[in-house]
Amino acid sequence: MKLIFERSVLGRGTDYIPEPDMGMTAPDFKPRERKLNLPQLSEVQVDRHYTELAGETRGVNGGFYPLGSCTMKYNPAMAEDLAALPGFTGVHPLQGDESVQGCLEVMRLTEKCLAEITGMDAVTLQPAAGAHGEFTGLMLIKAWHVSRGQTGRTKILVPDSAHGTNPASAAMAGFEVVNIPSDENGCVDLQALRAAAGDDTAGLMLTNPNTVGLFDPNIADITRIVHEAGGLCYYDGANLNAVMGIVRPGDMGFDVVHVNLHKTFATPHGGGGPGSGPVGCKKFLSGFLPGWRVNEKDGALVREEAKDRVGDVRSFGGNFLVVVKALAYILSIGREGVPATAANAVLNANYLMHLLKGAYPMAFDAVCMHEFVMTLEGLKEETGVSALDIAKALIDHGIHPPTMYFPLIVHEALMAEPTETETKETLEDAARAFLEVLQDARSDPEKAHTAPLTTRIRRPDEVKAARKPVIRYDFGA
Amino acid sequence: MGTYVPNTEKEQREMLEACGFQSFDDMYARAGIPGEMRLKGDLAIPSAGTEMEVRRTLEKAARKNRVYASVFRGAGAYRHYIPSIVGEVCGKEEFRTAYTPYQAEISQGLLQSIFEYQTEICELTGMAASNAGVYDGATAVAEGCEMCRDKKRRKVLVSGAVDPKIVSVVRTYAFGRGAEVAVVPEKDGATDPDALRGMLDGETACLVIQQPNFFGCEEDAGALAETVHASGAKLIMSCNPIALAVMRTPGECGADIAVGEGQPLGMPLGFGGPYLGFMAAEEKMVRRLPGRIVGETTDINGQRCYVLTMQAREQHIRREKAGSNICSNEALCALTAAVYLAAMGPEGLRKTALSCWANAHYLREKLSEAGLEKVHSRPFFHEFVMRAPGEKQARDILRALDGADILGGLLLGDGRMLWCATEMNDRDSMDRAADIVKEVLKP
Repeated sequence: MKLIFERSVLGRGTDYIPEPDMGMTAPDFKPRERKLNLPQLSEVQVDRHYTELAGETRGVNGGFYPLGSCTMKYNPAMAEDLAALPGFTGVHPLQGDESVQGCLEVMRLTEKCLAEITGMDAVTLQPAAGAHGEFTGLMLIKAWHVSRGQTGRTKILVPDSAHGTNPASAAMAGFEVVNIPSDENGCVDLQALRAAAGDDTAGLMLTNPNTVGLFDPNIADITRIVHEAGGLCYYDGANLNAVMGIVRPGDMGFDVVHVNLHKTFATPHGGGGPGSGPVGCKKFLSGFLPGWRVNEKDGALVREEAKDRVGDVRSFGGNFLVVVKALAYILSIGREGVPATAANAVLNANYLMHLLKGAYPMAFDAVCMHEFVMTLEGLKEETGVSALDIAKALIDHGIHPPTMYFPLIVHEALMAEPTETETKETLEDAARAFLEVLQDARSDPEKAHTAPLTTRIRRPDEVKAARKPVIRYDFGA
Repeated sequence: MGTYVPNTEKEQREMLEACGFQSFDDMYARAGIPGEMRLKGDLAIPSAGTEMEVRRTLEKAARKNRVYASVFRGAGAYRHYIPSIVGEVCGKEEFRTAYTPYQAEISQGLLQSIFEYQTEICELTGMAASNAGVYDGATAVAEGCEMCRDKKRRKVLVSGAVDPKIVSVVRTYAFGRGAEVAVVPEKDGATDPDALRGMLDGETACLVIQQPNFFGCEEDAGALAETVHASGAKLIMSCNPIALAVMRTPGECGADIAVGEGQPLGMPLGFGGPYLGFMAAEEKMVRRLPGRIVGETTDINGQRCYVLTMQAREQHIRREKAGSNICSNEALCALTAAVYLAAMGPEGLRKTALSCWANAHYLREKLSEAGLEKVHSRPFFHEFVMRAPGEKQARDILRALDGADILGGLLLGDGRMLWCATEMNDRDSMDRAADIVKEVLKP
């Protein structure tokens, strides 16, 4: 495929902006001297270029996308229309409160729904993504300890099965990370947790269901141990799709939570964002929430900053247009649909696991939640075929590969999350493809190393890319 | 009820049975959820709505907002012309719904679009390397500060002429890492170089300036770069991307890191988001850039292709030792910027920038004639500060403009107002705004 710069022809262009009326003057600032190498193209060329790129990009509507831990559910078409309403897109973030009542209403209702679903008392919509929410939540924990003079609480406990963002966020918030080992069931090792929790514990970060797709049955003990040590409990909402409307993080004993609107609440991932990572907390932490929050005053909605707020984690109030899409989804499925969504996400995962079980060894033999982890360690030893090979072969069957090599505690891991928006027959077709791929791998391991066979490019050289990085087009002299 | 669950009740029963569950409750119980912890009763949120009902609710909310016919307010968010092609391309389902391109074989389109975006950001800023973008302009500054800090140099200097929202975000991130932040005073609308010299020391990691700055004025970035470099610190320039078409680039000024708010590149105002933080750096800081970076390589057949690269910097590999925790960024906004830049081309972007400049200068003269006082005398781009006789008059002006469907400048206190004009403001609308100001200030 040609790069857009390789399609450029000197002198071609578009005609969107009138010639500026410069009057008698010329700019007095120091001018740019360097030539500006932007593509020179007609509009039809731009359109065809990106149409070609879209043809080599895989979206959710292109087929089954069981990417574990990412909740690739269908993104309702309606939400796009609503987020594109001029009454939302045309609003300047620094307009007066009286002129943005509709935006504030959307935010207030979203905050209320998310607080109720997570079992929290207050929510901020400012964080722009899940990891950004983690950082925000940890800053609340830090601010709370500091406000009580507990500056010696410098450690955050993180299970070894956690997403990489958890320890990275803890480090950004200035905490030292203490890894807590998992037990043989993939859950938190209570003894290790008891040993680690103490006077220097600021808090614990946990997803439940955890990253191996299991609900930690000891959750009440876990949060109690941390609280008794004087720490707070942070809930990573990455896996909320399994339990929303069924059990609430607030009721499990968590004090702070982030949710991913781009996972659980069906807003599109955009090829890696924009997401939105609202943070909810219990009342005693709400005074530290960043940005501003919506309050009601004399019958009108107003923006108010909390007294002890941790500042801002980004400009303005958050990824508002993403919030509009999430609210459209929440209002659409409503209080009846929230638990039904979770239950069907869990059912679809168990059904697919049931169809694969005989052939694909599961990392943990238990009823799973919304996702499950397979281990191909045996296959690798036996035939040399790796989880990567199997993943790539699935591409040839029109399936987006599951998440590979995560969580780190499982060797040769493949993690599949079908979501509730897939049909029974999609799961059955997918299971047949999974089994066929496995059969092919056993009968011809050499061939398995060369998959995929149907794509235009195959097995890019990642080592070469990283060793001598070429990260921009070279225009030459 | 729109649960977007396709399976019928009959199918759900068949599946439950196949898995050996009696019911959904049984499934959850056997998955280990303690019964006493289960939510009793319904969630206190609205009942499910049909698409028509939901549309009605949100359309009603949208109608409660004011969308002004003329906007003369910027301060970090700008109304620009967005060619139709931008929405057309970015609305394509593949770009809109894909996940981060981990699987290169089925993500070449997305990966190549990011590679092209990185190239365009390098071209705009005159820097050597760009990442795939971060959340917004303010977080780009905060991440840039972290790129400069080390054990010895822990202090971050921020110019007093930088947008206070950016300063607030830098402070929040610094509170996390335990970094010190100090504000260099502003003098006559720009960073005070004498004050800066007095504040630089061996512990200073970097200076953050904004170009044009919060007051719209040009900073003498080249001179500030020399001063900062003389003490061994780095210069971070937060730039308006439209202005970069015509103003001296961070690369030409000697900046080490160039960042900025990408919203003007094809993103609507949208009440504050989603926006885009662009980030570029000189060659030797490449491996300290946070977030996704796409690199060129070849596949097993020797064909050119693209992959996510230098991932050893990132959280999913380095965990607590990663330079940043960023995972999802603003990929679709980066695509928006790339499509906008490709559609505009160098000539379209130049015309946009010069129209901003010309209109802002016209508006400033008109407002001055109408009785507002010019505050600064430096070269400026498309924003400038004017002073009303008092805070009351400034508020009266905004109210009168509001009545004429015009959003006036942002109040900065003491009667000062920050005004902005872009290519979207025609002469008629500027004349009308000035007439209204004149009417309000009439003795």
